Amino acid sequence: MSLAKQGSLVELSNLVRRFGEVTALDGLNLTIQPGELVALLGPSGCGKTTALRLLAGLDLADSGKVIVDGKDLTSVPASQRDMGMVFQAYSLFPNMTAVENVSFGLKVRGVDTETRLKKANELLELVGLTTQANRYSHQMSGGQQQRVALARALAIEPKVLLLDEPLSALDAKVRTQLRDEIRRIQIEVGTTTLFVTHDQEEAMAMADRVGVMSHGKLEQIDRPNIVYSNPTSAFVASFVGAMNRIPAKLDAGKVSVLGQSVKHGGGASGSDLVALIRPESISVSVAKTSSANTGSVLARSFLGPQTRLTVTTSETKTSIHVDLPSSEAGAFAPGTTVGLKIETDSLLTDHHGKN
Amino acid sequence: MSKVKPGSTITPKPGVGLNTWLIVGLLFFTVPIVSAALFSVQVGDGTYTLTAYSRMITDPGLSAALWLSTKLVFMTVGIVLLLMVPTVTWLHIRAQKAKRTVEFITLLPLIIPPVVTALGLLSSMPSFLKDSPYLLGFAYGALTMPYTYRALDAGLNSIDVRTLVDAGRGLGASWKQVLSSVIAPNIKSAIFGAIFLAVALVLGEFVVSSLLIWNTLPVWMALVGMSDAEGAVAISVMSLLFVWLLLMVLSLLDGSRKVKINVGGV
Repeated sequence: MSLAKQGSLVELSNLVRRFGEVTALDGLNLTIQPGELVALLGPSGCGKTTALRLLAGLDLADSGKVIVDGKDLTSVPASQRDMGMVFQAYSLFPNMTAVENVSFGLKVRGVDTETRLKKANELLELVGLTTQANRYSHQMSGGQQQRVALARALAIEPKVLLLDEPLSALDAKVRTQLRDEIRRIQIEVGTTTLFVTHDQEEAMAMADRVGVMSHGKLEQIDRPNIVYSNPTSAFVASFVGAMNRIPAKLDAGKVSVLGQSVKHGGGASGSDLVALIRPESISVSVAKTSSANTGSVLARSFLGPQTRLTVTTSETKTSIHVDLPSSEAGAFAPGTTVGLKIETDSLLTDHHGKN
Repeated sequence: MSKVKPGSTITPKPGVGLNTWLIVGLLFFTVPIVSAALFSVQVGDGTYTLTAYSRMITDPGLSAALWLSTKLVFMTVGIVLLLMVPTVTWLHIRAQKAKRTVEFITLLPLIIPPVVTALGLLSSMPSFLKDSPYLLGFAYGALTMPYTYRALDAGLNSIDVRTLVDAGRGLGASWKQVLSSVIAPNIKSAIFGAIFLAVALVLGEFVVSSLLIWNTLPVWMALVGMSDAEGAVAISVMSLLFVWLLLMVLSLLDGSRKVKINVGGV
């Protein structure tokens, strides 16, 4: 493979983009290190795709700067930015074969036919589609089309690779296979990559760092395990992974919940609170009597290696999810009275009723 | 209501009605054409001759009218390709909200009587253009809008224009390259359809060209028809055959449709 290891430093500085009354991006600041894969994660309308389009030059910011390798690209048109993009919708040119699609970017750059065909075939080999080189998009599956689109984006040796939910139109099995393949290729090629998705599993599995966005702002950006285990806001805690919201009280810097007192790790303060606790941070044991920290098993759902119990507490009547290894779940049939214990040192809180 | 016996099946009746309507439709279109063709070759004593055709082909007025109409065809097709294709594409990418307004504007040639259009052109255009047949070309460009706009709009609706344009631009293509290499080949049928409609209109339009006093093919045919009915009908039949031939050529050019193959897997 003749693709050189490459990677550019990307800096998005205070980007603002408004669409009429709606502020899609509200002062976004993001730095991506050379060769790094950053995933932007967030609910629909949080501004993640807008950020990607501003970086690609397909849309222009109202204010702020897009800097790549120290060069200000804010007003440079998309055709001159050297960025490869894979779209959510199938974007292969229907009038061209796979190899023609991959070599298109080189053709418009005036690269001679022999060189561009050689490179296009190398890239098709990289994505494992050598035998599909002469097929048109309608003769390929969705997964194959997205792999060709990836090869096409990489053919121009882009400064930055932009992935706009490229897996969302694919079925679950293909999605998992392709995401591993994209990550392998990204590491092999070493291109700085911005990946936009609303699928947290995808973001966690692929990215070096995950940025969680809400209302046009970056709420938190860190390594996937840190974002999951140490969310800095109630929004991030609720958005990433499953989260229980249990009525709680704040007392002398401690959160009082399920009859236990745990250190307050941040979030909302006041009287009307809920504690945010992950299902795996609660342990269960069979209880003989009811108390403040007991409940009754309402349902038991087998999830493969883990089983999820839905427990209704006797005091607050709240439904709480508890994850435990499936091998230990046999003792907790629906109707069993169980004791609940919080297995974490500190808890985040949020205002009651706010999601 | 008739009862259906248990275990029996209900078979739909053959589409007698549909066949009847197809035959009626076919006769509606073919009878006038066949009658015209017969009229152009039949002489009073019941015998057949091609005299009317040879008389028309050798008439010096035909070549002049045909040449003028050919020039106007090229000009109108040029307007369709250079003005309408980029404009409708732009509406799809950047100005979706303006589509309704533009749709209404494209309908104006159907609402405004051709007489008003012709008189408007005569009173508003500079004299150098009034003396040139190219004024007629611009008029035809406008008159074809209701048809060409809709043909192109339907073609662009059938593809994901915005994604294709973004992909092309992102790969470094200029707007011209995106239009010629990405958009145009994928709406080829629509472009051919628009061209065909434009050609058909230019070869059939009479009112504006006669009011602007230009001897286009339809005007010449009308003039000939006043003194030589068989000859005028012969020319009509020939122009009809020419349009059919053109339609077949366009269909052949667009005949490279691929068979859809769905392949599973990654």
